Amino acid sequence: MNKIKCQCGHENPFGTVLCEQCGRPQTEDAKKSKLIDMRYEGSARRSQTYKRSIVDKIWNFFSSVKVGINIIIAVLATSAIGTIFPQKLFVPATTEADILAYYEKHYGFAGTLYYKLGFYDMYSSWWFIILIGMLGASIIIASVDRVFPLYKSLKKQRTKRHTSFLKKQRIYAEGEVADSNSSLAKAEKKLKELRYNVKTEDGALLAEKGRFSRWGPYVNHTGLIIFLFAVLLRTLPGFYVDETIWLREGETRAIPGAPGYYLKNNEFIIETYSKEEDAAFGQAIDRVGTIVKNYQSDVTLYKDAEDGIPGRTDQMEFVKNYSIVVNDPLSFDGFNVYQMDYRLDELKSMTFQLTEKETDMSFGEFTVDLLNPERLYELNEGATVELKEYFPDYDGVENGEPVTNSPIPNNPAFIFKMVTPSKPKGEISFVAIRQTLETEVNELKASFVSAETRDITGLVVRKDKTLYILLLGGIIFMIGVAQGSYWNHRRIWIQKSEGNALLVAGHTNKNWFGLKKELDKVRIYADLPQHEDRQDSGFGSDEMKGDKQ
Amino acid sequence: MQLASLSGNLLFISFIAYLVATLFFGGAVKGAKTQESYENNRWGRIAIVITIMGFLTHLGYFITRWIASAHAPVSNMFEFITAFAMMVVGAFILLFFLYRTPSLGLFALPLAVVMIGYASMFPRELSPLIPALQTYWLTIHVITAAIGEAILAISAVAGLVFLLKNIDLTKKSKQRFWLESVMFTLMLVVGFILSSSTFAIMGYEAKFTYINKNEQAAQIVYNYPPLFGMNEYESLTPDKMTPLAEMPPIINAKTLTTFVWSVATGIVLYILLRLILRRPIAALFQPFAKKANSQVMDEIGYRSVLIGFPVFTLGALVFAMIWAHEAWSRFWGWDPKEVWALITWLFYAAYLHLRLSRGWEGEKSAWLAVIGFVIIMFNLIAVNLIIAGLHSYA
Repeated sequence: MNKIKCQCGHENPFGTVLCEQCGRPQTEDAKKSKLIDMRYEGSARRSQTYKRSIVDKIWNFFSSVKVGINIIIAVLATSAIGTIFPQKLFVPATTEADILAYYEKHYGFAGTLYYKLGFYDMYSSWWFIILIGMLGASIIIASVDRVFPLYKSLKKQRTKRHTSFLKKQRIYAEGEVADSNSSLAKAEKKLKELRYNVKTEDGALLAEKGRFSRWGPYVNHTGLIIFLFAVLLRTLPGFYVDETIWLREGETRAIPGAPGYYLKNNEFIIETYSKEEDAAFGQAIDRVGTIVKNYQSDVTLYKDAEDGIPGRTDQMEFVKNYSIVVNDPLSFDGFNVYQMDYRLDELKSMTFQLTEKETDMSFGEFTVDLLNPERLYELNEGATVELKEYFPDYDGVENGEPVTNSPIPNNPAFIFKMVTPSKPKGEISFVAIRQTLETEVNELKASFVSAETRDITGLVVRKDKTLYILLLGGIIFMIGVAQGSYWNHRRIWIQKSEGNALLVAGHTNKNWFGLKKELDKVRIYADLPQHEDRQDSGFGSDEMKGDKQ
Repeated sequence: MQLASLSGNLLFISFIAYLVATLFFGGAVKGAKTQESYENNRWGRIAIVITIMGFLTHLGYFITRWIASAHAPVSNMFEFITAFAMMVVGAFILLFFLYRTPSLGLFALPLAVVMIGYASMFPRELSPLIPALQTYWLTIHVITAAIGEAILAISAVAGLVFLLKNIDLTKKSKQRFWLESVMFTLMLVVGFILSSSTFAIMGYEAKFTYINKNEQAAQIVYNYPPLFGMNEYESLTPDKMTPLAEMPPIINAKTLTTFVWSVATGIVLYILLRLILRRPIAALFQPFAKKANSQVMDEIGYRSVLIGFPVFTLGALVFAMIWAHEAWSRFWGWDPKEVWALITWLFYAAYLHLRLSRGWEGEKSAWLAVIGFVIIMFNLIAVNLIIAGLHSYA
């Protein structure tokens, strides 16, 4: 493409609005306008210059801030819709039919519609993911389209500008002063005091500060892109482990997702606030009832012995003891184990006594482990009890057979064969909680003595290799956003005109109030002509108006 | 216990101080004849001194309560909203010294007053922390987020002043309608405070048993005359009002009752005011906004978003994610509260882009600032009380 040659002799890239060096308007529009558009310094942006090919069109689409804002609004709106009813994630149902039934039952027609439109799984829906992708594309393209031209023109800007550039600035002044040279020198001194970088050239002065704040938006966009990239990485296998493990007290199990590691639950503890110990909270405890103070799993972490055979639990090596509480996970080798859930008082074992009904004579007691029951129990005087069948989660009789719902001992039931010297053939008895069934009338009975319970802790195992990338993205974003928000890029031009006349112009990317305040200080000190703010905004200039009443 | 009651008294002093300071700011605005006297007159000086004193006692409340409960007092609705109000006042004081605008105080302080009033309708006793909240992240995350939101709230106040000044209320227009809607919404909040405190003073209590949505029997106490009954309710206090209608289990009839009472009170209040004034409520406040400088209000609105946005991002998203990772094993879980923090963030991101690149300044920008505050309030109130009722949070 052709270069545009400015009257000052500088060759600008095609599409330039304001000469990179002297600031002369290069386009007809810019020449005619009263105030020049200082955004991106009037530099040639790809999106404003090339508009032909498909690539140009896609580029131009995504580089538009207007499009970007629309994407933001679309993400915002879809996110909001996703909170009207609970998402699938929070619905206590697993099959699609159950989920639909849940929405229908709780929210009626609106719920069914919500489900049918796919809003119940908004944040994993393809359109939401496409929107996020578009947002990413928009951030990258819009930034690239602007940052390079902006960098170039700020780098190439000359101290001395063409009068037409100064005259079209929002803050502007021209006028005779007593002695233009001394005013210029004084202004330079004052501006330096105000921590401006001052450059002079042939009766012209450029004072600039906070240019680095111009890079803020691009830095924070870089942070966002890194963040989005990390989120994308998480969808790849291997970057991310998320498992649940239920551990009974006393139980040791391999940690899912963390091969070679084992966890033993020594004890699960629940504590509640008491009015005696936490007197300050007495009123709250009275109002609410119980308030939990602590959920804690005391665990021991083991790993495979170095020279041992993997998976042999008898050759484990002790790693550490830890108390996992909410907000304080167990950490090892990049994994975190969190306290997430619990179940109290699962039956652990039941103890029975074998007696002769008539004489009440006891043959002793036996204890059945409810997870790994032994088959045979030997009692006094040669009596034995054989566990013929075991139903951990007994749920009535179906087709003449007792059935169990699950292998978890929620409601254990047993079929015992009881043998004593006087009954060598043995008697059969079905024993469940609060009931005993006999096929024939027995002389012996196994009666319930006691039960032991234990708690189960629900832990979540996580490993996330992308965390540091996410954090890096977050930090870069924060740096960029602070850089762009808390500093301003201010420039003041002062140039000699004919005789003792001076031209003064000012520009800032934001906080004009602050720029004017600083320029006032310089004006008073250096006796500069009074400047005016020529912005023609919708609400105009306003002075003190009296009450209309 | 001594400390807890001291803390309560300090908060009450702040409440009164803000009310008084509002009147003085009113005087400062009314009495100003010139730009100089507007920026610096005796009324204004007294007003800012009272405001600072109120802020100090408010800070005193915060610190004594912190000591009494041994954790940062930001763990429930009452504590959070009072802390939020304190930060709004703090942000105002900061901006007052930058821009010297009594008009801003005239609208920011009543906001703080209403917020403290609103907060006081929630249980106020010291409450212990549940396990999920027992970490220094509670302090860091909540306080930073509240500071960010408070600065953003100031932008809405500046926006409101701008709108009151610049919208012609003598003619019918969309702008007039929406501005009046903002006033109406404020009336509803006042309605809630009025009705709630009236019944609280009367000591009204109606007890019911009912069947909750998990099909279990439960008990509930209403502090309002029960308009709506819980699912399969049975009254334990038969001398009190019988509910007019029974609600299905998914709807919390108590919340609904409170809501309807508040709205009804607010509407009655609004109609009464309209009848007395014979013009829009906004017109009542307009004279106080007239002397504000639009340019300066626009500048304050924009600047407070610039200052508040990074703080909000840090507190409500970055710290929130770090904490969520520690406590719940994931940094993001699409919980409604999280989603609405994201929505707030996206909204202000859109605000900044519109302003920077599309030149949305003045009135448009002012409207956006007001909407932004509505979103923040929605996240604070509606998400906690309505949406999170399904997915309980903290």
